[in-house]
Amino acid sequence: MAILVSIPILGILVLLESAIFSQVRLLYGSIDLVLLTLVAWAVQERVKTAWHWGLVAGLLVGVVSAVPMPAIVLGYLLATGAALLFKRVFWQRPFLAMIAATFAATLITHALAFSALRFTGTAIPLVESVNLVTLPSALLNLLLAIPVYALVGDLANSLYPEVIEI
Amino acid sequence: MNMPRSLQTVTLALVVIGILLLALGGYLTPFSRLALSPFVGAQTWLFTRYSAVRDFFTTPRDVTLLSQQNAQLEAEISSLQAQIIQLQQQNADLEVLSALLDFAQAHPQNEYLTSAVIGRDPSPFLHYVIINRGSDDGLRRGMPVVTSQGLVGRVAAVTAGAARVQLITDPGSAINVRLNPSGAEALLTGSLTGELQLEAIPQEVEVQLGDLVLTSGLGGNYPPDILIGQITGVRQRPVELFQSASIQPVVDFSQLKIVLVIVNFQPVDLAPLIPRPGE
Repeated sequence: MAILVSIPILGILVLLESAIFSQVRLLYGSIDLVLLTLVAWAVQERVKTAWHWGLVAGLLVGVVSAVPMPAIVLGYLLATGAALLFKRVFWQRPFLAMIAATFAATLITHALAFSALRFTGTAIPLVESVNLVTLPSALLNLLLAIPVYALVGDLANSLYPEVIEI
Repeated sequence: MNMPRSLQTVTLALVVIGILLLALGGYLTPFSRLALSPFVGAQTWLFTRYSAVRDFFTTPRDVTLLSQQNAQLEAEISSLQAQIIQLQQQNADLEVLSALLDFAQAHPQNEYLTSAVIGRDPSPFLHYVIINRGSDDGLRRGMPVVTSQGLVGRVAAVTAGAARVQLITDPGSAINVRLNPSGAEALLTGSLTGELQLEAIPQEVEVQLGDLVLTSGLGGNYPPDILIGQITGVRQRPVELFQSASIQPVVDFSQLKIVLVIVNFQPVDLAPLIPRPGE
């Protein structure tokens, strides 16, 4: 059920990101709503389908974006892995896990996108990319991290209700 | 002694007439004031109390009625304001379409397909937009995209109902251009920040601020003579092989809503003409 739900939810988020959030800019960075949702889903306590969501998110964004699809899919899967790692490290501090995972996930996805574009011949300067795109994007993502975490937490609680043993 | 009846009547009539004459003359005013003031006071007291009681029972109904009318009027105002906004939007769209139509009529050699911009690339490294026309509408990869102002980009990927357009500001974009009036040829490239740069301008060419930049048609990727922008800055250093310049595009890429795709232009594939190593 949780895997099936990921398709319409992430699909809607891709549409929102393409139509609306891609125009919300800080310098030249933008919000990655799909990444935030994916990270928030992965750091939830009882969620077991984080990898599936990562794959679905990578495929959906890869269809829309001009960045090579393998880079996007790999980026989102590595971001999922980072989120799961931080969930384990900060298991008693879920907000801290979300913040750390958001920052790491932004760096990972941007690094892979940058590498893929450079490999395919697009001339993008590294220092400008970091200063004007990656860091502002990370800041925007961090600003939205907690609200997205709260919303995704409600979704996770409905799909993975807490089992109370009597 | 009893007075005759007729004498009584006459006497009474004379008294009444006298009183009337005195009243008309104003001689009875102090007496009437003294007599009527208690009645006036009582009347005032009674009317004030009655008004208070009446208002106590009728004011809530009036307030409710006024509140309902106010709410109705406010709803009507909101509806009218929404209509105004919608009409303003339609007017703006009409102006854009009118400009596009004028552009299409001014360039009858091309066939155009109007498309709406429905999204942008989620990646902040790239400058692409998504339009609502695809292969079902006859779009193919490589078709140029313009607006009434000038060149926008070209179709980079196509699905059945949508297409992705690479803007000329994309860092992966490279266009052969011609300067007007010098006629010199150069290479226009985009950048991460969306700024347009002219490269490979020969040193001997005199480039002025405000010179127009148009497509040259060289390479077969774009039709010739499509306006791109104006030169806003020139960098010339004698130690370098070429000059470079920065361009202000005529198209506002942050406000793209409706574009024209030139559907009767097919980019030339130069690959067969390029000699392979060993040939």
